[in-house]
Amino acid sequence: MIIFGLEGTAWNLSAALVDEKRVIAEKSATYVPAKGGIHPREASQHHAENMAKVVGSILATAREQDLKIDGIAFSQGPGLGPCLRTVATAARMLSLRIGVPLLGVNHCVAHIEVGKWQSEAQDPAIIYVSGANSQVLALRRGRYRIFGETLDISIGNAIDKFARSVGLAHPGGPKVEELARNAKQYISLPYTVKGMDLSFSGMSTAATEAAKKHDLADVCHSLQETAFAMLVEVTERAMAHAEKSEVLLVGGVGANKRLGQMLNTMCEERGAKFHLPDRKYMGDNGSMIAYNGLLMLKCGIVTPISESHVRPGYRPDEVDVVWA
Amino acid sequence: MEIGRGAEAVITLEESAVRKWRIPKGYRLPELDEQIRRERTIREARITSEARRCGVPTPIIKDVLKFDLIMEHIGGQKLKDVITPALSEQVGEIVGKLHKAGIIHGDLTTSNMILRDGRIYLIDFGLAFHEGSVEAQGVDVHVYFQTLESTHDRPDELIDAFALGYARTQPGAEAVLERVKEIKARGRYL
Ligand SMILES: Nc1ncnc2c1ncn2[C@@H]1O[C@H](COP(=O)(O)OP(=O)(O)O)[C@@H](O)[C@H]1O
Ligand SMILES: [Mg+2]
Repeated sequence: MIIFGLEGTAWNLSAALVDEKRVIAEKSATYVPAKGGIHPREASQHHAENMAKVVGSILATAREQDLKIDGIAFSQGPGLGPCLRTVATAARMLSLRIGVPLLGVNHCVAHIEVGKWQSEAQDPAIIYVSGANSQVLALRRGRYRIFGETLDISIGNAIDKFARSVGLAHPGGPKVEELARNAKQYISLPYTVKGMDLSFSGMSTAATEAAKKHDLADVCHSLQETAFAMLVEVTERAMAHAEKSEVLLVGGVGANKRLGQMLNTMCEERGAKFHLPDRKYMGDNGSMIAYNGLLMLKCGIVTPISESHVRPGYRPDEVDVVWA
Repeated sequence: MEIGRGAEAVITLEESAVRKWRIPKGYRLPELDEQIRRERTIREARITSEARRCGVPTPIIKDVLKFDLIMEHIGGQKLKDVITPALSEQVGEIVGKLHKAGIIHGDLTTSNMILRDGRIYLIDFGLAFHEGSVEAQGVDVHVYFQTLESTHDRPDELIDAFALGYARTQPGAEAVLERVKEIKARGRYL
C-alpha cells in the first residue's frame, strides 16, 4: 500500500510518500517569519505558494517509479486555521483528481505513530513536545489519553519567546541549546509542576529578566535545565501512575540532545526503556501524516469529503486508535 | 521492605511505620535536585499534619529528616484500583474541606489516595501549598478530573459525583467548578 501524506499545520509544508516499510520520498518547504513568531496568515500564504512545487515533486517521484497511490492523507488538526485550510483544500483536490480516498489525520497522533514506527516502542508513555504542544500521553483502551499537559504555553513556545526577547534569530531552540553548552553556572528559575500538568510562561518571563543581569549562556542553560527537569518529572509521574515502563519522545523539541539525555537517565534509573526516533521524524513532516493515513486505510477508515473540514482544536484523545 | 514506589520516592515499611525517601534524580542538576527534594520533604511534613487538623484523613507524621519522612502506615488499597462514584463523592468532600482551609494539594491523582476501612486518606503533599484563590483551587480540581479522564472508565460519572461531595463541604464550589472548565480549554492549540 502506498500513501501520499501532506503536512502543513504550522511552519512546515511537507509532502511524502510511504509504504508499510519505508519513506519513499519527502519534500518540504519551511516558512521562516520575517520577524517575531509565526503569523498564521503569512504561513498559510507560504504554504499556498509552495504547494505546487512540494506536491509536484512527490507526484513526479511516484510517476518516475511507476507507483500507484492508494490514498491521500492530510493533517486535519490541531493547527493554525488558515494553514489547515490550505492543506485540506489541496488534499481534497488531489483525492478527486487521482480518484483515491481522503484520510484526515490527527497531527499529534501522527507524531506518536511515526515515533513508534521508527523505534521499537511497544506501549510507552509518550512525551510530545513541540512549538504548539507539551503533553504526556499513553494508550489506554484504544485512545491516546492525556495524562498531563501545559496549562499555558508550550515548551517550544516558551523557548522561542525567550530567544526572541534576547535577540536570537528564529528558530530559537537550536541556538539556545548551543549557547547552553558554554554555561558556567545555574541560575534558579521558577519550577512549576501541578500534578502531571506544567506551566512554562512564568519561567520564560523570568529567564528574559535574568538575561538582563546574567551571562546569556548561563541563562540558556538554566532555562533548559529547569524546563526539561519539569518535563522529565511529569513523564515519570505519568509512568508511575499509568504503570508504563517505556518512554517515547516525539515532537520538534525532541531534537534537543539534552532533553533526550535527561529522559534517558530517568529511564535508566527507573529500569525503563527510552525510545528516541531519528531526528528527521521529530519535527513536523509529511511522512508521519502519510504513515498514519496508511494505518487508517489498512483498517478501512477513510474521511468522506463531507467530513474533511479542518479541526484547529482536534485533541489526540478524540481519535479511535483502532490500528493499535 | 519496599511497599511502594511513586515517581519521586521509595516507600519502605519499617516495623509499623512507613519511611518515604525522596531519591536523588540523576537527570536534574545536583543543586536543583537537592533543593526540590528538601523543599518537598518539609512541605509534605508540614501540610500533611495541617490537613489532618482540618479534618482531612492523612497519615500521622512521626519524624522529618532531610530527604525522609517517617509516617503512619495506611494499610489499604490505592483508590486508583477501586474507585466508584460513591468514593469519588467522598474525594469531593475531602478536597472541599482542604480547599476551605486554604490548602491546595497540588497532585490530586487517584495514586495519592488510599482507601482503608471505607475512609479515603490523602497522601503525597510534596506539591501542596497555601492559597485560597479560585484559580489555584480550579487547577487542583482540574488535575483530579484529568486523571479520571485518562485513567478511569466512565469518568463523567466520577466527575459528577466529585462535584456533589465538593459542593457539600466547599461554599465556593460553584465558581471553582466553572473555572475548571475554563482551565481545561487553555493550553490547547494557540
Ligand atoms: N503512609 C503510607 N501508608 C501506606 N502506603 C503508602 C504510604 N505512603 C505512600 N504509600 C504508598 O507508596 C506509593 C508512593 O507514595 P507517594 O507518597 O505517593 O510517593 P511519590 O511522591 O513518589 O508519588 C503510594 O502510591 C502508596 O501506594
Ligand atoms: Mg504519589
